[in-house]
Amino acid sequence: MSTVSVSVTVNGELRTHEVEPRVLLVHYLRDVLRLTGTHVGCDTSNCGACTVILDGAAVKSCTVLAVQARGGEITTIEGLAAPGEPFSAVQQGFHQEHGLQCGFCTPGMIMACTALLGENPDPTEHEIRHALEGNLCRCTGYQMIVNSVRWAAEHPDGIVPESSDAASSAPSTQGAGS
Amino acid sequence: MSLIGARVLRKEDPNLITGRGQFVDDITPAGTVVMAFVMSTEPHSRIVNIHSADALALPGVLAVWTAADIAELSTLGLPGLGRPLLATDVVRFVGEPVAVVVAETKYIAADAAQLVIVDYESMPAAPSITTALADGAPVLHSVLGGNTVFDQPFVDDLAADFAAAPHTASLHLVNNRCAAVPIEPNACLADWGPSGLTLWATFQAPHHLRNTVAAYFGIPQDTTRVITPDVGGGFGAKINFVPEYFLACALSRKLARPVKYTQTRSECQVLMYHGRAQEQDVDVAYDDDARLLALRVRVTQDQGAYPDPTGMGLPVLTTAMAAGCYKIPKVAISWRNVVTNTTPVAAYRGAGRPEASYLIERIVDLVADQSGIDPVEVRRRNFIPTDEFPYATHSPLAVYDSGNFAGAMTELLTLFDYDALKAEQARRRNTRDEKLIGIGFSSWLEIAAFGPPGSLEGFGHLGSWESVQIRVQPDGSAIIYTGASPHGQGTVTTFAQIAAGELGIPFDKISVRHGDTATVPQGIGTMGSRATAVGGEGVRTASVRVVERAKVIAAHILEADPADIVLEGDGFAVNGTPSHSVPWSEVAWKSFRPLEIPTDSEPGSLDITVFQQVPNFSFPSGAYCCTVEIDRGTGEIEITGMYLVDDCGTVINPLLAEGQVHGGVAQGIAQALYEGISYDENGLPQNSTLMDYLIPAATELPSYTDGRVNTPTPNNGLGAKGIGESGSVGAPPAVVNAVVDALSHLGVQHLDMPITPLAVWNVLEEAK
Amino acid sequence: MIPVSFDYVEATSVEHALALFAEHDDSKFLAGGHSLVPMMKLRLVSSSVLIDIGRITELSYIEDRGDHIAVGALTRHREVEGSSLLAEHLGLLAHVAGQVGDPQVRNRGTLGGSLVHGDPAADLPSAALALGASMVITGAGGTRVVPAAEFFVNFLETAVGDGELLTEIRFPKRTGDGWAYQKFNRRAMDYAIVAVAVQLGQNPGIALVNMGSTPHFASAASAALAAGSPASAVADVVVEGTEAWNDANATREYREHLARVLTIRALAQTGYTS
Repeated sequence: MSTVSVSVTVNGELRTHEVEPRVLLVHYLRDVLRLTGTHVGCDTSNCGACTVILDGAAVKSCTVLAVQARGGEITTIEGLAAPGEPFSAVQQGFHQEHGLQCGFCTPGMIMACTALLGENPDPTEHEIRHALEGNLCRCTGYQMIVNSVRWAAEHPDGIVPESSDAASSAPSTQGAGS
Repeated sequence: MSLIGARVLRKEDPNLITGRGQFVDDITPAGTVVMAFVMSTEPHSRIVNIHSADALALPGVLAVWTAADIAELSTLGLPGLGRPLLATDVVRFVGEPVAVVVAETKYIAADAAQLVIVDYESMPAAPSITTALADGAPVLHSVLGGNTVFDQPFVDDLAADFAAAPHTASLHLVNNRCAAVPIEPNACLADWGPSGLTLWATFQAPHHLRNTVAAYFGIPQDTTRVITPDVGGGFGAKINFVPEYFLACALSRKLARPVKYTQTRSECQVLMYHGRAQEQDVDVAYDDDARLLALRVRVTQDQGAYPDPTGMGLPVLTTAMAAGCYKIPKVAISWRNVVTNTTPVAAYRGAGRPEASYLIERIVDLVADQSGIDPVEVRRRNFIPTDEFPYATHSPLAVYDSGNFAGAMTELLTLFDYDALKAEQARRRNTRDEKLIGIGFSSWLEIAAFGPPGSLEGFGHLGSWESVQIRVQPDGSAIIYTGASPHGQGTVTTFAQIAAGELGIPFDKISVRHGDTATVPQGIGTMGSRATAVGGEGVRTASVRVVERAKVIAAHILEADPADIVLEGDGFAVNGTPSHSVPWSEVAWKSFRPLEIPTDSEPGSLDITVFQQVPNFSFPSGAYCCTVEIDRGTGEIEITGMYLVDDCGTVINPLLAEGQVHGGVAQGIAQALYEGISYDENGLPQNSTLMDYLIPAATELPSYTDGRVNTPTPNNGLGAKGIGESGSVGAPPAVVNAVVDALSHLGVQHLDMPITPLAVWNVLEEAK
Repeated sequence: MIPVSFDYVEATSVEHALALFAEHDDSKFLAGGHSLVPMMKLRLVSSSVLIDIGRITELSYIEDRGDHIAVGALTRHREVEGSSLLAEHLGLLAHVAGQVGDPQVRNRGTLGGSLVHGDPAADLPSAALALGASMVITGAGGTRVVPAAEFFVNFLETAVGDGELLTEIRFPKRTGDGWAYQKFNRRAMDYAIVAVAVQLGQNPGIALVNMGSTPHFASAASAALAAGSPASAVADVVVEGTEAWNDANATREYREHLARVLTIRALAQTGYTS
């Protein structure tokens, strides 16, 4: 069994490992780096639960070999907001607009939405739906995911306005919550 | 302050939106090894030989087991028709586990599984109800003689009533087999060490699993721990016992290593229990005014290869709910369960009730079509009047608690302009190629709040109650432990909302814990839209009892009579003199200090456990309308409107309630237009990946227009009925009625689900 | 979900890639991997050695060459979709690239990878056919140019032979000419059940997706278009020579009907009048 050396920058940190060439990027992230926020929901590149951002573009990490990402920069869900920092606008939007239920598709969904807003900061509902055509959610029926992205577009700094009637219970940083 | 009805944001979210959720596959104790199945590629074959030497020889492989290696492990399911953990002698569906391999990594396990070669001797297969019931059909289980597991005949088939009726309508309906497709496929991790067994599983009922696993292996429950961490969707498909749970435990015991199994999607599609898979023969008799006189329903339930207790119950629920929202003087029901060479069938969101609403709402539309009376009007003429509750139906299971069916319909018609849409529909029909419009209604009703004594015991559960324990902490915060085991429903939030109002403790200082048999007292689980109506009621009950006890301590501190103590501000006060008060934090602190509570009290009294029961099921209902446009060139169906009036009684959190409805409606639309597990005539599954099993994405589903009426249930103090399954019950008939309506001018009276563009095009071609 | 084990080598240039291929038995080229990796995960395809050509940056470009535009084989769909040069001169190509799969797939998949895979259900081959593209194939013996119409040989088989690489695709400019792409599927993410690519102008072309075992150039319909026949007459002959199959989504008859309907719609979209 041959191995290859893979060096990638993940969430700002350079990581180097010897891996089998066949190792999928998603398994490298989950099993080698123990970054388990990126999920696997299918084996045919349909569900998008494994979406991460590689060199600025959203990719399905189940369809990329780890070795193909050599030298690349990867952002996973764990890297969207630094420890102790507020959520990103998209994360906050998913919280504000109930864009998740079971939460399993959510990391991939959030990464795809983050990539969308990076290219198109003010997408219409139609554009949002098409940008998410490669991400499946079984819980929400998508309407509230669309609302979540619109919230993020309207609050690019991710800050919940004081007047928001739902804010009383909305933890605004990672430190809060249940 | 009561938070019931408030749009509170979820406590569950922060971990899940930061990648800090913990699903089973995320957990990897030291020494964990990986288990993988060798699955049958044959629908019905004798196993001649299994060659596992090459797999065993692969470096990193720890074990390869076949049925011969686990002869002492018993079967699952019904006695005499049990499902073996690994196929013995015969495989009965494609996907059935034949062997299991354990290896150091998932990569080696996948390689090893491929190296196991199974020699089969093919036998004829019966992959459908029709082939299983045909003369000379191959028999799956010789003990049955044929393929019918159970047949409940009509007590009275109402032949005389139908013969005498002015009009009748009949439909043969196929309720398509569906896969639940939680985005997290099944997964488990068993760690059987010297001190006991811990099993992590993505499951909806941890105590049920704990009790069953302990009994299965004959080990004590106290050293058997089941943890259901974050669960990535269940939809009913994660309340059934599957071989992997028991095999992982057995392998962990044998190998003295933690053993993890993580299903791939392709495996999940053929291994996780399917749902629906029902055929229905429905007849209705009605008079000149389209008033329903009699209903006759014969259900044939496809059980798949091995009947499951839940699967056997599906037609019971369907036939119990067959009359829907309507007052029908005579109802006759009958059902049978049939085994086929397919994946076993059990609960999928709604479990038996979507099938019921579908049959009654389809045939009511047919009555409207045949009688020329508007479908809304036909429904109005037959609704059970609001003043006739509780309403006893033909079934002892279904005594409707409350409802306002006409009110929901009235509310629905405020959400869009029905008359204008009908006029536009008529105009378009007269054009050559403009899109056809269809308008479909569904006045649906379902049975929820599985909680009355006896309602779940038949499915093997310990009881039908739900447990809630409230422990007030010394600082005045509170932790709620519950046997409800949510997987997306938002129970952590809604239970905290209910408790906050009753306890007078701020929402932010209430945590809800679940999914661990080592910490939660006992539990039943989350299914059958029961968490809020049973468990939530338990939170209310327990909260009231906690407050009663807290008042005794507050009275002691305030030197007053407990009867005069009221909740006030951030604690307690003497009624009428708010300034004479003590904060919760002080009451809580002192509740643990023997010298500061009444001498006849014990420390730690602010800790209450209840096993909540409810006296009856509740019956959520609603009125939905779906509007569609059909492309006459391609047959493409586009949903242009989805109008949803739900009546789940009291709403705890409208944001979460809408989320539940949307998700259920999405699955209902999917069943109607996109999804359906099919087998070819040889029994080979045709859609075992998400490339060919069409879960709709955001591009395929519409925006939803939400409406609401509220008819509280008298069965619990909250008035909440349950909402988890509503959308999946109400949506399919609305969508199908809309498509049939769009094509009704061509003589179309029914199309089976999923209605594909091809099916529509075939209709359009025939009409030419 | 997990590919069979293989060895991996990285090519730094076209010549290097070809040399590596000669050196290793049972090897395959890996470009973006969005056709190959899914098949390897399902263990439908395996190979002893993968030669990664994905880092040969010299094969990623979109160049104006006067009468045509040359696109490097490793140019990603996303770059094709977003190219202003292509938008101006080859609107059909840019648009069709934007119809492939979903955004994540378009971010990784390459034009050459998609064409060499030769999938009759894929979008981009139809654009290459309708646009009369020329495929530049490089092998040990040098370079040869194959017209798109001769490129798709069999099911999942193209004119690119063992030890050869598709290196460049040349598209004659179609500046200002009408075009349309009509794709019919049940989910946006899916392969087309049927799609029709139409390019008007001096050498008009119509190509069909998923109407047989190879991507299909509708020669009779293209000729009718060149002759200025009415749209209905063009549609009448569009399925000539196709051998569409039956599957869960469509019968052959339905596919042929869809091809005709989509052709008429595509022509209407371009504003075509006979």
